[in-house]
Amino acid sequence: MSKQPNILILGIGNLLWADEGFGVRAVEEFHRQYDTPDNVTLMDGGTQGIYLVQHVRDADVLIVFDAVDYGLPPGTMKRVEGEEVPKFMGAKKVSLHQTGFQEVLAMAEMMNDAPTHLLLIGVQPVELEDFGGGLRPETKAQVDPAIEMALEYLSGFGITAQKRETPLSQGSTIACPIMTTEHYENERPSEELACRSGDERLILDRNWQAPSDFEGEMDALLANVPGETG
Amino acid sequence: MATQQTPNGYTLDTGGKRIVVDPVTRIEGHMRCEVNVDENNIIRNAVSTGTMWRGLEVILKGRDPRDAWAFVQRICGVCTGTHALTSVRAVEDALNIDIPENANSIRNIMQLSLQVHDHLVHFYHLHALDWVNPVNALKADPKATSELQQKVSPHHPKSSPGYLRDVQTRIRKFVESGQLGPFKNGYWTNPAYLLPPEADLMAVTHYLEALDFQKEIMTVRTIFGGKDTHPNWLVGGVPCAINMDGDMAAGAPITMERLNYVRGVTQRCIDFCKNVYLPDILAIGGFYKGWLYGGGLSGTSVLAYGDIPDRANDYSAGNLMMPQGAIINGDLSRVHEVDVRDPEQIQEFVPHSWYKYDDDKAGLHPWDGVTEANYVHGPGLIGTKTNIKQLDENGKYSWIKAPRWRGHAMEVGPLARYVVGYAQGHEYWTDQINSVLSTLDVPVDALFSTLGRTAARGMEAVWAAEVQMYFLDKLVANIKNGDSSTANTTSFDPKTWPAEVKGVGFTEAPRGALGHWIRIKDTKIDNYQCVVPTTWNGSPRDNEGNIGAFEASLMNTKMEVPEEPVEILRTLHSFDPCLACSTHVMSEDGEELADVKVR
Repeated sequence: MSKQPNILILGIGNLLWADEGFGVRAVEEFHRQYDTPDNVTLMDGGTQGIYLVQHVRDADVLIVFDAVDYGLPPGTMKRVEGEEVPKFMGAKKVSLHQTGFQEVLAMAEMMNDAPTHLLLIGVQPVELEDFGGGLRPETKAQVDPAIEMALEYLSGFGITAQKRETPLSQGSTIACPIMTTEHYENERPSEELACRSGDERLILDRNWQAPSDFEGEMDALLANVPGETG
Repeated sequence: MATQQTPNGYTLDTGGKRIVVDPVTRIEGHMRCEVNVDENNIIRNAVSTGTMWRGLEVILKGRDPRDAWAFVQRICGVCTGTHALTSVRAVEDALNIDIPENANSIRNIMQLSLQVHDHLVHFYHLHALDWVNPVNALKADPKATSELQQKVSPHHPKSSPGYLRDVQTRIRKFVESGQLGPFKNGYWTNPAYLLPPEADLMAVTHYLEALDFQKEIMTVRTIFGGKDTHPNWLVGGVPCAINMDGDMAAGAPITMERLNYVRGVTQRCIDFCKNVYLPDILAIGGFYKGWLYGGGLSGTSVLAYGDIPDRANDYSAGNLMMPQGAIINGDLSRVHEVDVRDPEQIQEFVPHSWYKYDDDKAGLHPWDGVTEANYVHGPGLIGTKTNIKQLDENGKYSWIKAPRWRGHAMEVGPLARYVVGYAQGHEYWTDQINSVLSTLDVPVDALFSTLGRTAARGMEAVWAAEVQMYFLDKLVANIKNGDSSTANTTSFDPKTWPAEVKGVGFTEAPRGALGHWIRIKDTKIDNYQCVVPTTWNGSPRDNEGNIGAFEASLMNTKMEVPEEPVEILRTLHSFDPCLACSTHVMSEDGEELADVKVR
């Protein structure tokens, strides 16, 4: 085989919008668990839009992790390949000056530099209206399967990512140490302290009230689950 | 027919046709705009709305103040660095932390590099298509384009007819394949487009060149920030070590080799801005100089906090290379002092914003700011809360608060900075302004327009690239004098902090004055308020009925075709709006054309 292809694994989305952070969390977790050869780049693309064009142009193979509105049940993962990808990556609500990733791909193509191979691994988000929140369990559960999917795709190009004997600690991956899942979620201020009233339920319905004894209600619920004793 | 006089001098007429543009495309975040046009299609009433809840303040409560920069840099994709810088400055102000000279130089280099990058990308990739018609470029004669190019930018080497023909072929292929890509969603048959095909081809060629060139600019922030896409910042300085001997042991240190690389990029930024970007604005401006709409508040009420401290830790007006000051009532002979700490100067109002205060008529200084949602509409709302057909601007109608400077609605941004600088006699800027005015053969009033805003951004990009070089020289000289300090960590330990403190950080973001006000209590963030440039420019009406900068800028503009809001987009884009923090889930239909409704 001639020159090794340049491979870019890109996580995109906004960490601050709950499941919108899926793409970034997936690429961070990929880095935590796997060691990749030199021709593979892992990148937290955030919502950088146009500023990502050069990285997309440099790639022969592009794998994108993202939260995608497929119109499927929440938490569903779906893979889309090649020419099908752009139509799933519209300009809707996209960041960086409303530059959709579709537009980033089109710009790369206009420069005659579009990646030859393209894979989108997307998850239908469960919750977005929770500014400052983390991934919902259903979305988080798709991180490992998404990584598996990327590994399988990579193997088609003869690339093997080595599973690390000991995964990296959260603070030593490509993630910003302050924004690691652990730090981000554990140090989140309480509902009461933060008065997170931007929640759609609160905004749209003035009569909505949080459960007064949430912990108690959860305990009561769990107590009734068969087989869950002790 | 109902007319209404605003205290800031506008006559609003809510009769005629109502035009709704939602969303306003090619901006950061979500924005909606409604205007009323009279029988001659002239805009007589304008309503601008931020349609997304921005709950930043509430996610920072209780967090470690030293971490705030990492959160604010994720608000959006464009202001990453400038929000981070503003945040660390606010914390340093609260805790009385002085930063080393090297850190000041490096921060200035990063901030100026962002200015250049943002201005360039904004002009070519988000705004140029409001003036330039890529479909029309296909009709151009490459040879005539080459002649035009050599006349407009004699120092730009890429001007051969063959090269321009290649670009044209590339664009044609793209358009004929049916995928207009970045050029889709345009109104390419609208008579508001005035350029001859050759000027269109030249501008589209530079669109592609700028797209290629901009990748270099990012490397500056990567070198000093240690990481591509999301650079690192540090309370007390900058997180990069200096090791001029080039030993890579300490992570990603600053070496002479890297500084030389930055010098090369900086020089190429100067060249591109001087030889391509600014000449393009002048060339395009020459064809549109009869289109002098969009001035809005720029000739009467402008505000700049100032930025780019020459010496470290001195944020007083005299030490800021980007000027600070306020102009009101159109009196350019008097520049007022601005104090971001003074509770009487900057206040935010919410009578027309979806928030509530104890007293909705009051204005609150950001240190005492309250962010509590109150999503209610006025009785004139047409539609429902979740499916709005037409807003009632007499009630609450935006997620943006209305900040005011001593009660005045103000414009911020490159043009506001240049007007303040011009009024103060900032030598470099005044020379630039005079040169642009004389090249275009227009009077100084022409500056107060949509194109004036666009031109100010181009002039500022040239200035910023040159000042970036100044700080690079300053950094190298200081290091050669034996000072390699980049961070002051003496107050980094929260145990050393007072129980309760407050601070403020301000910068001039590419799109205008940006401030973060912080209160720290028991080592955690107790209150955090950001007043961002688009809060100023995009503000709704206030308690007195003053309209904001976006709204004012649209007034009295003539629309060629009301169903095609080219003129609205042109003027709103000239502010480089950033309604930040937008979520970005992609939809299966893949298309989002601005929905324009005329009723």
